[in-house]
Amino acid sequence: MRPFEYASPETEAEAADLLADHDGNTAVLAGGTDLLTLLKRDLVTPQRVVDLKTVPSLVGVTPDIDGVRIGALTPLDELQQNPLLAGYQSLLDAIDGIRSVQIQSMGTVGGDLCHLPNCWYFRSGHGLLAMENGESLVETGENRYHAILGNHGPAKFVSASRFAPGLISLGARVRIAGPGADDAETIPLEYFYITPRTERQGVTILRPGQFITHILLPSAAGIQSATYDVLASEGLDWPLVSAAAGVQVEGGLVRDCRIVLGHAAPVPWIAHEAARLLTGRPLNEETAAAAGAAAVAAATPLSRNGYKVQMAAVAVKRALLKATGQLEGGL
Amino acid sequence: MAKKQVVSTTINGQQEEFLCEPRQTLLEVLRDVLDMTGTKEGCSNGNCGACTVLLNGRPIDSCLVLAVEVEGAEIETIEGVAPAGGLHPLQTAFLEQAALQCGICTPGFIMQAKALLEQKPNPTEREIRFYLAGNLCRCTGYDKIVRAVQQAATAQQEVQV
Repeated sequence: MRPFEYASPETEAEAADLLADHDGNTAVLAGGTDLLTLLKRDLVTPQRVVDLKTVPSLVGVTPDIDGVRIGALTPLDELQQNPLLAGYQSLLDAIDGIRSVQIQSMGTVGGDLCHLPNCWYFRSGHGLLAMENGESLVETGENRYHAILGNHGPAKFVSASRFAPGLISLGARVRIAGPGADDAETIPLEYFYITPRTERQGVTILRPGQFITHILLPSAAGIQSATYDVLASEGLDWPLVSAAAGVQVEGGLVRDCRIVLGHAAPVPWIAHEAARLLTGRPLNEETAAAAGAAAVAAATPLSRNGYKVQMAAVAVKRALLKATGQLEGGL
Repeated sequence: MAKKQVVSTTINGQQEEFLCEPRQTLLEVLRDVLDMTGTKEGCSNGNCGACTVLLNGRPIDSCLVLAVEVEGAEIETIEGVAPAGGLHPLQTAFLEQAALQCGICTPGFIMQAKALLEQKPNPTEREIRFYLAGNLCRCTGYDKIVRAVQQAATAQQEVQV
C-alpha cells in the first residue's frame, strides 16, 4: 500500500470536510473488505482514508416514519439479527449468501453498495473498461463472469453489489451526504448506479466528497421478497448471477412486483418486462418461469458467458417462488 | 509519507501501545511490530481466514483491517487462547483429531471456532460447517476439523456440568 493519512471523524459534517480535502483524492473506509484489497493493489491511491465507522449516526437500524432507516456503516451480522428487519427477506437472503462469518462481521451495507467491480481486468489494473488500443480486452478475452445485459457500451463488467438487487426490490432509497458539510439528498437506490462510458465516470453517481449515510426502506407490510444467489459452491464466492424479487399479491393475483438481477449487468438490472408480465396474474411455477424468460429476452451474452442467460432466467423464477414460499427443496 | 501514529489497544488482556503507519494492516502489526507470529498470512484478501483474530469479540480477517482502526479495541489472538501451562479444549481436540497438517490455517480455525462456541456452545455439524466457511484448509478436507470442534464443544460442556 502507498502511504496515506488516516482520519476518524465523529460527525457526518466532519466526514464530508475530511473527504473534500486533497481535491477529493480521498477514500471512504467502511468495513474495509473491498477498500483494503484495492489499496493493496494500488487500484485506488488516496491521500487520505476517512473511516466512517467512527461516526455514531451512521451505525444502527432505527424505525422511520413508514419503514426503517439503516445506517450505512451497520455491520451485516447486526442487520441479520435486528428484529426491525425481520420482514425484509431479500436483504436477509443476501447476507446469508456471504459464506464467511468474518466478512459478515466486518462488511457493511453501505460498503457493499459501493463495492467496485470484481472484473479481473479491473482488479489487475486494466481499468473499469479494460480498453487497450481502442479494443475491449473483455470482449475478446476471459469474459465468463461478465455482463449479459446492458453491455453494448464499453462497460462489460458486472455490478458487484450483493445487496442492491434485494434492496431495490424492496423500494429502497439512499441518503447521500457531501460534498459540502451540510449537503444531503435522498434518491431511489436504482438511480445511484451508472454504466460508465469513460474511465473517470465510475460506477455510481457519487462525486468526490460524497458518501452514503443511510438506506431507507419503506414498510415491508404486504411485500413478499427474496434474493436467490446462484453460487458455484457452498463456500465464500461471488454469485455467478443473482435475482431478487419483491412481490405484492392480492386475491391470488400479483398486484405489483419488482424483479432485479444482480451480477448480470454493469448496474443492478431491473427486469421491467418480467414484472409487467406477472402483474395481474397468479404467481406459480409457470408464470414465474415466463417472467424469468422475459427478464433475459434482451440478453446479449459475450463469447464465453452464454450460460449465464439460462442461469439468470432460472434465478428469477426461483427468487419469485422463494419470495412466495413456493420453492421446494432449495436454499 | 504519512506520519506514524500511536495506537492503544488491549491484546489478549494486556494493554499494548504500538507505533504504526496508517497503511499497515493489523496483521502486519501483530506479526512484524509485536512479534506475535501465531496469526498467519494466507491470501491477504479476505478469502482464506488464516489471519482471523477476534476484534471486540467478533471474528475478523486481520489482513483487511488497518492497525489504526483498532484504537481502543480489544483483540484476541491465538497467543491468548491457551491457559498458563495448558491447552484450550479446541487446541487439545485439534491435536487429538489430527485436524491439521501444514498448520498454516490452524490459528484462524481455532479463533473462528472459539467465537462459534462462545455464541453457540452446542452447534450442529451444519452450523459448524457454515461458521467455518470463511476459513480455508488445503490439507485436511475439513472433516477432522469439524470433528475437533464437535469434540471441543462436548469437552467444554462437560467442564461446565
